Amino acid sequence: MQQLLFISPSPHVHTSNTVSRCMWNVVIALVPALLCALYFFGIGAAIVIATSVVGCVLTEYLITRFMLRQPAQIGNGAAILTGVLLGFNLPSNLPVWIVLIGSVVAIGIGKMAFGGLGCNIFNPALVGRVFLLLSFPVQMTTWPEPLVNTTSYPDATTGATILSQLKMGLIDPKNVDLLNGLTGQMGGSLGEVSAIALLIGFIYLLCTRVITWHIPVSIVVVAAAFSFCIGVDPCVEILSGGLLLGAIFMATDYVTSPMSHRGMLVYGALIGLITIIIRQWGAYPEGMSFAILLMNGFTPLINRYIKPAKFGERSKK
Amino acid sequence: MNTILLSILVLGGIGIIGAAVLFIVSRRFYVAEDPRIEQIEQVLPGANCGGCGRSGCHDFATACTQASTLDGLNCPVGGAPVMAKIADIVGLAAGDATPMVAVLKCNGKCEFRPRTSAYTGPASCAVLATLGTGTTDCSYGCLGCGDCVDACNFGAIVMGPDGLPVVDQDKCTACGACVKACPRRLIELRKKGPRGMRVYVACSNKDKGAVARKACQVACIGCSKCLKECPHQAITVESNLSYIDFNKCKLCRKCVDVCPTHAIHAVNFPVKKVNPEKPAAEATAVASNTPQA
Amino acid sequence: MKTFSKGGVHPPEQKLTAGNEIITLDLPGEVTLMLGQHIGAPAKPVVAKGDKVKRGDVIAEAGGFVSAPVHTPISGTVVKVDTVKNQQGLAVPAVYIKADADDAAADAEARKNAKPARTDAEIAALQAGEIKDIIKGAGIVGLGGATFPTHVKLSPPPEFKPEVVIINAVECEPYITADHRLMLEHPDEVIEGVRLLARSVGVNRAVIGIESNKPDAIALLQEKLAGATDVEVCPLKVKYPQGGEKQLIEAVIGREVPSGALPIATGAVVQNVATAYAVHRAVRYGEPLMERIATVTGPGVAKPGNFLFAIGTPLTTLIEAAGGLPEDTGKVIGGGPMMGRTISNLDSPAVKGTSALLIFSQGEAQRRPIENCIRCAKCVDVCPMGLEPYLLSTLSRLKRWDDAEAEKIVNCIECGSCSFICPASRPLLDFIRLGKATVMANIRSRKS
Repeated sequence: MQQLLFISPSPHVHTSNTVSRCMWNVVIALVPALLCALYFFGIGAAIVIATSVVGCVLTEYLITRFMLRQPAQIGNGAAILTGVLLGFNLPSNLPVWIVLIGSVVAIGIGKMAFGGLGCNIFNPALVGRVFLLLSFPVQMTTWPEPLVNTTSYPDATTGATILSQLKMGLIDPKNVDLLNGLTGQMGGSLGEVSAIALLIGFIYLLCTRVITWHIPVSIVVVAAAFSFCIGVDPCVEILSGGLLLGAIFMATDYVTSPMSHRGMLVYGALIGLITIIIRQWGAYPEGMSFAILLMNGFTPLINRYIKPAKFGERSKK
Repeated sequence: MNTILLSILVLGGIGIIGAAVLFIVSRRFYVAEDPRIEQIEQVLPGANCGGCGRSGCHDFATACTQASTLDGLNCPVGGAPVMAKIADIVGLAAGDATPMVAVLKCNGKCEFRPRTSAYTGPASCAVLATLGTGTTDCSYGCLGCGDCVDACNFGAIVMGPDGLPVVDQDKCTACGACVKACPRRLIELRKKGPRGMRVYVACSNKDKGAVARKACQVACIGCSKCLKECPHQAITVESNLSYIDFNKCKLCRKCVDVCPTHAIHAVNFPVKKVNPEKPAAEATAVASNTPQA
Repeated sequence: MKTFSKGGVHPPEQKLTAGNEIITLDLPGEVTLMLGQHIGAPAKPVVAKGDKVKRGDVIAEAGGFVSAPVHTPISGTVVKVDTVKNQQGLAVPAVYIKADADDAAADAEARKNAKPARTDAEIAALQAGEIKDIIKGAGIVGLGGATFPTHVKLSPPPEFKPEVVIINAVECEPYITADHRLMLEHPDEVIEGVRLLARSVGVNRAVIGIESNKPDAIALLQEKLAGATDVEVCPLKVKYPQGGEKQLIEAVIGREVPSGALPIATGAVVQNVATAYAVHRAVRYGEPLMERIATVTGPGVAKPGNFLFAIGTPLTTLIEAAGGLPEDTGKVIGGGPMMGRTISNLDSPAVKGTSALLIFSQGEAQRRPIENCIRCAKCVDVCPMGLEPYLLSTLSRLKRWDDAEAEKIVNCIECGSCSFICPASRPLLDFIRLGKATVMANIRSRKS
């Protein structure tokens, strides 16, 4: 007998895009920044990122396999992406055991505790990062100088980021070398330093239509405008710290960002605003992680009240 | 000394002001509610299943306190014991509550009902029901995606190995959630019967006999043999489908024997002939409700 | 280039048969004419078993205002008036007709050399109402696939004034090429039909909307219409679902149909290009709707093509004409891949709405496994109605009908863009469709 015909509701064709392709595209977009990190921070960056990726993947595997008793879905790249992003948010000389704690928290508490992929309220990588920042403030805020010691892991030469130096009044904003901010030759978490590499990733994400421009652009524009208004050099604010990394790769996380374009603009604008407020008046020199996590919490509210314009509603009234 | 005194005074003062506000507010905005409502809610199962026809247990309790008679008010989950307690609380006689059970009016197991197409899509009967006859030629029968299983709050329905849902009569509370969930309206609440004994037509096919039979070996073909056989006028045949009124049925099982397609099922009866005293194994009764010829 | 403003997707076009000329299939020896081939009340049979019928005779008359009569494409004898299993396997009423051997040759001749029933002068003298009556009597329905009776659409409620007739020659569904071939092979006839449609609603402006992936059809029609002021061709950017009535109106004249209103509220009457051709046949030749063109295609089909066939022909005949069902056929779809319905019963007859048969292999037929929603918002991006499919789908699955109604679930046009684009392969539209049906039923019961 011939095989039975299938019946199903329409549509009968489907895009070739998949969840894992989205995830892997983001990972590919992170490659330029990864190469920069390796160039500036050497072996330390490699160890931190590798540890964080392995930690995240292993945590997800163990939880799905032994706690939820479901088939593990490591292949979709979500855990790997979280691992890379977490690694990007850490200093390159962070002890391995701290990195591991961070990845367990990121995946275990940040993601799986909410029900796994797609169910989390907060960006897992940022949950891990902020957990580490609050738990190990000293280790998390000592950054190795770039290009000083790239061949060994325990790093002796450490320095502060431009933002913390500005905060403590150690340097004059006028003396900040913006070119270093663009190329990435400055202290900082290992993935956030090179603006050019991050922008290459941004262009790749736009071309592959993984993300839309709304969130990153609104963050950067509002952050720049607001810092200009309060008399701070916008270029320094944008090129230093995790603003670009956050705007392009963290705030745009599908799961934790709003669904409508208008919602995305509001979300991005508030992230930009909160970041500059924290940087300027808060206790921490860096505000991006907190701003994104705060707005993650507001995402359901934004989805509730900011809807896309419906067809046929415009001509009414 | 002064500091201690000051602290006590300030904190005590805040406490007194707070208490005063609370007191005034609770007086001012007090909503008078029949205390019996809470008592009734205590004895209700609290599943908020809506099986009583109200939106929840609180609603049902309110209705009980306001009703002049408990007839027609029944908590199918708690059953007679709970209704007796409620009757005590409100001081009325408990209404008539016959135990009911959900019954699937389809026996189109894979072996009886050949598959004519395959389905690819979400596991939802409601979706499959929009695609014509489903995966078989019977446009009335069970679709087998388990919407009733999902709807059951009591875990009383599981998907059987032969593609049909199986009702566990001990867990079934006759709340009616599955009845509403089934897009083909295949589940009926019927009298549970003495010791679970009941007779029903396990088919809902309204096609002409030949068409129905072609789609499914155990379909009711509307031949009316049962109708003629029934001594209690409990059976009606409408649009090629037989129906047994459970209020009139005396469980004589004459119809079961004459049904040419074994579409009429008798469950939980003692096994005939072999050992008349021994009741059929209760646990497997509904699952293996094949007709006993 | 013009297009609609919100959302939209671009599925692979796969117009395999765009270069295949329309092949006329011989009249079948038997036809089965379903009485409910259109939206609205089913037709009422006017023949009984044993009756003799001639090609073009009415065998069932309209069952109400929103209904259409059914005509027989072959001369012969009524075998029975009974039920037939439709494409989804459900039993529906139908009339069975068997051809008489003597009449077959005459039918074939009449079909080949149809004699005009009206001269140019007579056609020019027709009043709007007369054209509408011809269309109504010919049983013409929307041939894009929706099969809404055409005369109803041409008779808008009096408070609306038609301003323009828009001809839907978009053919935005992948694979289908029937309208494309029709325009290439019968441009003059199509244009006459368009003018008749415009006259029937009393307007002197008609726009033919064609997607730019049919440059030959655009060029040909523009050439034929050179100098004409009443009919124009509007090339449109390729984007699905441009053939949706509301999307097409917005794309062509830039007006949005208000939520909950009829499309005529914008002053536009939309008709399919195949409908226009059928109107031409009905007016010029006095021929009722008893034939149509469909594309039979699919990646594994041996001889995909565009076929002119008699309505009532078994689907198997059409499939045979395209080289038969391939070995590992997994799915047969009536219509395009985005909105077509799967067919489980290939023995059923073709109907007025059969615009295409699409054949997929076992591998192509099956859905991908459902993954978790990653809230990527792609469904929101592509929804041409500006809805939030992820939300509507969830609300429907949870049976929160009131919330779904507040989110305007009834605005959904069921185009399937959301399900198409979802990287997690979630069955968004499946549940939205359920929710929409339930909410519409709720609204109706509230009104009554």
